[in-house]
Amino acid sequence: MERILFYVIAIIAIVFALASVISRKMLRSVIYLLFVLCSIAGVYFMMDYNFLAAIQLTVYAGGIVVLIIFSVLLVHHIELELEIAKFPKQLATGLLCLAGLGVFLYTIYMHDFQVIGNQTTTSTHDIGSKLLSYEEGGFILPFEVISILLLAVMVGAIILAKGTLTSNSETKQP
Amino acid sequence: MNVPLSITKTIHEWLFSAMNPSVASGVEMVLIALVYLTIFAVLGLFLVLLERRVAAWFQLRVGPNRVGYQGLLQTMADALKLVSKELTGTDRADKFLYNLAPYFVIISALMALAVIPFSREFQAFDINIGIFFLIAVSSIGVIGILLGGWSSNNKFALIGAMRSGVQTISYELSVGLSLLTMILLTGSLQLSEIIEVQKEGWLIAQGHIPAIIAFMIYMIAGTAETNRAPFDMVEAESELGAGFHTEYSGMKFAYFFLAEFINMFLIAAIATTVFFGGWLSPFGITESLPWLGVFWFLMKTFVLVFLMMWFRWTFPRLRVDQLLTLEWKYLLPINLVNIVLMALLVWGNLTLKF
Repeated sequence: MERILFYVIAIIAIVFALASVISRKMLRSVIYLLFVLCSIAGVYFMMDYNFLAAIQLTVYAGGIVVLIIFSVLLVHHIELELEIAKFPKQLATGLLCLAGLGVFLYTIYMHDFQVIGNQTTTSTHDIGSKLLSYEEGGFILPFEVISILLLAVMVGAIILAKGTLTSNSETKQP
Repeated sequence: MNVPLSITKTIHEWLFSAMNPSVASGVEMVLIALVYLTIFAVLGLFLVLLERRVAAWFQLRVGPNRVGYQGLLQTMADALKLVSKELTGTDRADKFLYNLAPYFVIISALMALAVIPFSREFQAFDINIGIFFLIAVSSIGVIGILLGGWSSNNKFALIGAMRSGVQTISYELSVGLSLLTMILLTGSLQLSEIIEVQKEGWLIAQGHIPAIIAFMIYMIAGTAETNRAPFDMVEAESELGAGFHTEYSGMKFAYFFLAEFINMFLIAAIATTVFFGGWLSPFGITESLPWLGVFWFLMKTFVLVFLMMWFRWTFPRLRVDQLLTLEWKYLLPINLVNIVLMALLVWGNLTLKF
């Protein structure tokens, strides 16, 4: 049962990943990408790793894909189609992708994966305490680094959005 | 008198005795899905009727009262009419995305219903990240609205979709943060455990001041999430035709419409679970009769649904800039301060327990 379900999800992910690259309509490829992300969330659900699955849905499906859709809506007209690249470009991209796939498959087949029997669901409690612990195996440093990065991004976004208004702040605000 | 609600148990045992386990569990899942679909399709229809009657009451009219007793079958008749209608579309629309969009909206609404505990036994999927799952799933619904608006090839629909995107992305933050405030009290994301905690008093009483602030923010942001008045610029009739679903007809329009009402029920149901003790009776007056849980749950939910309808017919519509100001300059800062306040409360053990 689980095996069949896994193959179904995997095939959905692969088919839509291909469709998302091949499609010539921009918004359609975004939607195919969304299906890929959702099926990966499905794999996480199958592994009983609910937290990561929900993160996958919120961050990728609900956040990033919505942002991409937004930018597509702003720049793209419904009748536009993406142009087909020239043959040398196609060849180069194909070769690069094949090389990437080769490296990927080689690593997967060479790595000695350990099967964990009797897996238990990771609770949010464990994740939370690991994230904030400064002992062996804790993640407090990356957590803080990421928060500083996000703060910098936020400040940058505000500066960019304000634009010229910073120089003459006396101008009337709407 | 003690009537055990064991219909589900009987069916479960019968299924597993009749077939081998893997087939039986598959059949059971299909059965549960069918039951949920039926119940919530009908519930959605009756919410539409309720909305119309409440609107009529607020405007000193009578409202629909001809089809069936007091108009009870009115929306059923409307649904039949919608099913029989022709499905139209615009010229040069992106047909694939146009047809896909309503399913996003309705599926995300129905998926979220699976984790709501209607009573101790009546919960389809008691996942250990309950609340977070709800937030995750409901964040997908907006994609359907954006797609529907863009692929209709209509400028009003596009503007409606853009407004909806802005609104939902902003207010999702407030919904999430106000629920997070309450999570500080419960210490668990699992919905059944959240209700267990409330046996010592509903969370809105346990957390007193910050909980009440969180509830108010949640109701405002929840109303905005469902794109209802006073936040209904998405489908502002006077400006945009019907907003993102201008070009939809028949059953596809009905999906959007049904999803809106199911979402309203969902927002009220989450508020009931997190703030008002879910299926627990007030002061435990019917603790010996556990089958009354569904009744209490639905009663609290419908009071909150009525509150949202009350909002709709009382407040005028906001402008886009007012809407964004309300979220980013008022609700979000208040929410952040509120979380700290709640954390101090839990830390200092100042919660009220009965």
